Amino acid sequence: MFPSRYWREIPQRYRLEAGVCKSCGKVGFPPRTKCPKCGGTEFEGTVLPDHGVVKTFTVIHTPPSQFEDQAPYAVGIIELEGGAKITAQIVDCPLDEIKIGQKVRVEFRRIQEDGEAGVICYGYKCVPAA
Amino acid sequence: MRDVAVIGVGMSEFGELWKKSLRQLFVDAASAAIEDAGVEKIDSMYVGCMSGGLFVGQEHLASVLADYLGVASIPACRVESACASGGVAFRQGYIEVASGMSDVVLVGGVEKMTDVDGAQATYALATAADQEYEVYHGVTFPGLYAMVANAYMHKFGTTRKQMAHVPVKSHKHGSMNPKAQYPFEITVEGVLESTRVADPLRILDCSPITDGAAAVVICPLETAKKLSKKPLVKVAGTGHSTDTIALHDRDDLTEFAATIRAGEAAFKMAGVGPKDIDVAEVHDCFSIAEICVLEALGFAERGKGGEGAESGETALGGRIPVNTSGGLKSKGHPVGATGVAQIVEVTEQLRGESGKRQVEGAKRGLTQNMGGSGGSAVVHILEVA
Repeated sequence: MFPSRYWREIPQRYRLEAGVCKSCGKVGFPPRTKCPKCGGTEFEGTVLPDHGVVKTFTVIHTPPSQFEDQAPYAVGIIELEGGAKITAQIVDCPLDEIKIGQKVRVEFRRIQEDGEAGVICYGYKCVPAA
Repeated sequence: MRDVAVIGVGMSEFGELWKKSLRQLFVDAASAAIEDAGVEKIDSMYVGCMSGGLFVGQEHLASVLADYLGVASIPACRVESACASGGVAFRQGYIEVASGMSDVVLVGGVEKMTDVDGAQATYALATAADQEYEVYHGVTFPGLYAMVANAYMHKFGTTRKQMAHVPVKSHKHGSMNPKAQYPFEITVEGVLESTRVADPLRILDCSPITDGAAAVVICPLETAKKLSKKPLVKVAGTGHSTDTIALHDRDDLTEFAATIRAGEAAFKMAGVGPKDIDVAEVHDCFSIAEICVLEALGFAERGKGGEGAESGETALGGRIPVNTSGGLKSKGHPVGATGVAQIVEVTEQLRGESGKRQVEGAKRGLTQNMGGSGGSAVVHILEVA
C-alpha cells in the first residue's frame, strides 16, 4: 500500500466520514461527487453511526498474503443504523458464534501490517455489541 | 445492423500448462478458429484478458498477440472486464461486424494464471473487487461469494448439501470433455469434506486457477452462407450490464441484477424467453453463483436455483442442460478466456459437434459471463440459422 493511496482514504477509514445526497437522501460511503442513486451532485457531510447488524459473513481460511497471520478470520457485510452498508472484519468473538442478524459495534483497529511499502494500515473492524 | 454468424471456433487445452506461454496459448486457439472458419484473412481482432500484467507482467496484448498470430497491421484491442472480459470482447466484435465496420473479426480470450503462486493469483483475482472498501479488509473472491452463499442459505433455507450437487453435476459433464482441466467425477460427500476456503465454500465449490485460451471467428450471416460448409450459427441476442463494484452496496445480496438486466436485453433482442433455450453455459465460478444466475436468467424460480442440479433438471438429458462443457468448475477458468470458451461450447452444441456431451436437437443456446461479484454481466443467445 503506497502512502498516498493510503492517506487519501483516511477520512473514511478512520472517521467513517460519509455524504448525504441533498436530492434523494442516500447516504454515500465513501463520499462521492455523483450520487449513485439519483445522480445528485450536492452532499452534506456526515459521520456513519457506529452500530449495526451483520447481514452476511464468511470465515476466510485461504487469505491474501498480507492477511496470512490473521487467518482464519471473519469478514462480514454490516448494515449500519441509517442504512449504509460496509464490509469489515468481525473480531473479538469465537468464529463459530457469529450469526446473521447479530448486533455489532464499529471500532478503530489495525487492519493490515506491512503492506507493499511497509505501511501499517488502520481502519474499522466490528465487535459484538451488547 | 447486420445479422452476424459464428463461423469458426477454437480452444486450447485448459489446465496447468507450464510449457505454454500466454502468447502461445492464444495463437493455438486463434489458429484453430481461423482454420475452422476457413477464412483467408481477418479484418480486426478483440482479445479478452483480465490481467496479463499481474499474471505474466505483459500488457499491450493487442500488439503482442497480433504480432505472434502473424497478423500485425490489423486493428486489435484487448478488452478487460475482470472475469467477463471474454464475453465482453465477443460483444465488441459482434458490434463491429453488425455495424458494418468490419467483415471478418476474430474474438479471442486468454489467461495464463499458473506462472505465479497461489497468493499472487489470489491477489490478482481480488483486483476485480473494490480494492479500497472490500479487499482492504481481507476479503477474497471466494469470500465474497461465500457471503452471497450465507445470505442465500439464510434467506431461502437451501442446504449446504444441496449446493454441493452443482459442482457434482458440472464434473459429470466435464468428465466427457477432453479439453477440461479436471475431467473426472466428484461426489457430494467429496465436496462437503474438501478443504475449507471461505465458509461455507470448500475447494470443490470453487473454479480452479487455469491456463487456457479460446477463440471464435465471426462475420455477417450473408457472408457466412457463402463461406461456411458447417451448420450456420447466428448471434440472435446480446445484453450487457454493470452493477455496483462492492457487493455491500447492493440492496439484495443474493441477486445478480446485472445478469438480470443483461439477460432481459438479450432475450428481448432475440425475441425469445428462457423456455426457448435448449442449452446454457453460465458463470459457475462458485457453486452459489450458478444457483443465483439460473434464477437471474429465469431458468429457475427465486430461491429454487439449487434444486435443478439435485433433481437432474440442469444435467444432460434434463429440462435445461447447464454447463455441458463442465463449466468453469470442471473445464477450468482461465478468466479472460472463459466468456469466449462459452461461445465455443454453445456453437459446437448447435452444430451437433459435442460428441458424448451433445444435447440432442439443440437449436438455441445461451451464454452468461460475469465479472467480479457480479459488477459486470454479459449474455448472448445463439441459434441455428
